[in-house]
Amino acid sequence: MNRIEIRDESCKGCQYCLIFCPRELLQIDKSRINVLGYNPARFVDNPEKPCLGCALCAEICPDALIEVYRKKKGAVKANVRTPNT
Amino acid sequence: MSERQILKGCVALAEGAIAAGYRFYFGYPITPQNDIPEYLSARLPQVGGVFIQAESEVASINMLLGAAAAGARAMTSSSGPGISLMQEGLSYMAGSELPGLVVNITRIGPGLGGIAASQGDYRQATRGGGHGDYHLIVLAPNSVQEMYDLTIKAFYLADKYRNPAMILADAILGQMKEPIFLNPPPLVLPEKPWALTGARGKKAQLIKSLYLADGEMEQHNWHLYEKYRRLEREEVLVETDLQEKMDVLLVSFGSCSRMVQSALDLARSRGIRVGFLRPISLYPFPQQAVREVSREVGKVLVVEMNTGQMWDDVRLSLYPGCRARLLARPGGGIPAPGQILAEIENLVKAGDGIDESVHQA
Amino acid sequence: MALTKVFTRPDSLRDINFHFCPGCHHGTAHRLICEAIDYYGIRERTIGIPGVGCGVFLYNYFDLDVCEAPHGRAPAVATGFKRVLPQNIIFTYQGDGDLGSIGMSEVIHTANRGENITVFFINNSVYGMTGGQMAPTTLLGQRTTTTPYGRDFRTEGYPIRMAEMLAPLEGVAFAARVSLHTPTQVKKARKAVLRALDIQIKNMGFSFVEFLCACPTNWGLSPRQCIEKIDGEMLQSFPLGTYKNRQDS
Repeated sequence: MNRIEIRDESCKGCQYCLIFCPRELLQIDKSRINVLGYNPARFVDNPEKPCLGCALCAEICPDALIEVYRKKKGAVKANVRTPNT
Repeated sequence: MSERQILKGCVALAEGAIAAGYRFYFGYPITPQNDIPEYLSARLPQVGGVFIQAESEVASINMLLGAAAAGARAMTSSSGPGISLMQEGLSYMAGSELPGLVVNITRIGPGLGGIAASQGDYRQATRGGGHGDYHLIVLAPNSVQEMYDLTIKAFYLADKYRNPAMILADAILGQMKEPIFLNPPPLVLPEKPWALTGARGKKAQLIKSLYLADGEMEQHNWHLYEKYRRLEREEVLVETDLQEKMDVLLVSFGSCSRMVQSALDLARSRGIRVGFLRPISLYPFPQQAVREVSREVGKVLVVEMNTGQMWDDVRLSLYPGCRARLLARPGGGIPAPGQILAEIENLVKAGDGIDESVHQA
Repeated sequence: MALTKVFTRPDSLRDINFHFCPGCHHGTAHRLICEAIDYYGIRERTIGIPGVGCGVFLYNYFDLDVCEAPHGRAPAVATGFKRVLPQNIIFTYQGDGDLGSIGMSEVIHTANRGENITVFFINNSVYGMTGGQMAPTTLLGQRTTTTPYGRDFRTEGYPIRMAEMLAPLEGVAFAARVSLHTPTQVKKARKAVLRALDIQIKNMGFSFVEFLCACPTNWGLSPRQCIEKIDGEMLQSFPLGTYKNRQDS
């Protein structure tokens, strides 16, 4: 299964990732306040509509806190690449 | 080996800079210093250097800041109004501890003023000029030879202390021609491990003047303070010509000091015992020398082409109880040796004791 | 099946929390620039020059040599660096007050000289660090702490369009405006950043990328509302696009 990891101790709860996740797999964790004083974002996968590994959440996260792991198929381009020069 | 030549002051200064290994000029035209950029725009490409005519003095000083941060010996030159525009950059350079040379071929102010020689920028030069608690290293030549020699010295001091330096000259020194020996000292460029050249094989480095954390800025200011105290202890440059049992001590700097030297010869030919003290480093000011000699003499005549700026530094340095006078001439005129002689004679006649009076030349 | 990491922080971006407010796009711009630096493998010869504003703390986040510049003067400082170190990659990172107001002269003349540097321009239509005053890019009608009744063209003039203004200068090889408010736009922004540095690596002249960014704190909007504001009003005043892209010779 594709998945993401959020460094939620550094999350400021801006909710950009929630807005752009096409599967609505992100939510604000109201049960917890992190060390910065925010309710952080939380990833909750849904077996019915699982994570696409599309990395839109990581792309929009302004604090660069999301890492994306994907079954290796090169359909969706993300930011980990090797230089072509 | 050196060769005697006849050069203009501005050209001698430019050659001094090149002898000091400097290869980057940034500047904006302003009278009366245009001989420097015009000469360097032809000369620098011959020695593999870079000449940029910047869009303003504000840009010039910041290009200088960048070149200095990259580790190069770099320079800009200007005059009064342009130097005023550079004060922001100079403050940042002092705060960031970046060396560099700024040449001020002064004109008369305030405002657009006029283009004749003046010493009215003394206070701006020696007090820092921009915001914050800092000084420039300020050297004041009084001959074409010194335009060359002190420029080399200024680069050396700027690098040694990681602080911007200034040559404070004026239209007379910039424009006049004199015989000069171009005697370049062996060029030894200092290591600059702090310079930014890219983090290749070393930790990334930072040059900044912003210190926001609690107490950081205070600590930084004390660090700068220590540097300036060290400059005052170790780098004072002063020329003296003293006699036994002097009647009067003459204090003057830059182009004006040459008139004073003529007056000194006249006075001595009339049997007046006159001493002469010329601050070459205006910052650090030769406080100790003024104090010691004024203690011996008791009567001091300061001659300046302004309404009394170095006058403040002399009065701060005087031995208590001395009688001091200022002969001042702002506005482009030069105090004539005869006027200075008359003032020397007046001062000789005056009694002892405190008198700090200002006289127009 | 084994999972592969396909998205992570770039190496040139230090592992330190940004001081930026929630929803501020400075962090995104930082990340994209660091990604491009890693992509070209130029970290060890790149020198960053931030202007004054929220972006000044760039030196805390970028793992490369950084020199602070006085407000607005970063392009002049960059010029000094580039002339001394022509083999190095020099970029400035400036806000709208820094670049479009106090530093207008420096950026225009640096561009016009065709200095082979890259300027990254953060346009969030307000002065962020000083507390939300009017910027040269403030939208008409926008309320700021110095335009409490909204910016009025009759007294405060119009929002200034830097990418369009710089693009026609002969010294400019690349000028683009991108936005960071949606993932799709971020991907386009990445391409612009890559091309801007590519231009510098190839010694083709001055390159310029303007980022439309949110300032939720000084706009008085939630991050979600900021996206709507950029998508609506801001894109109308500041059309996205590549205004100049000189072809490789």
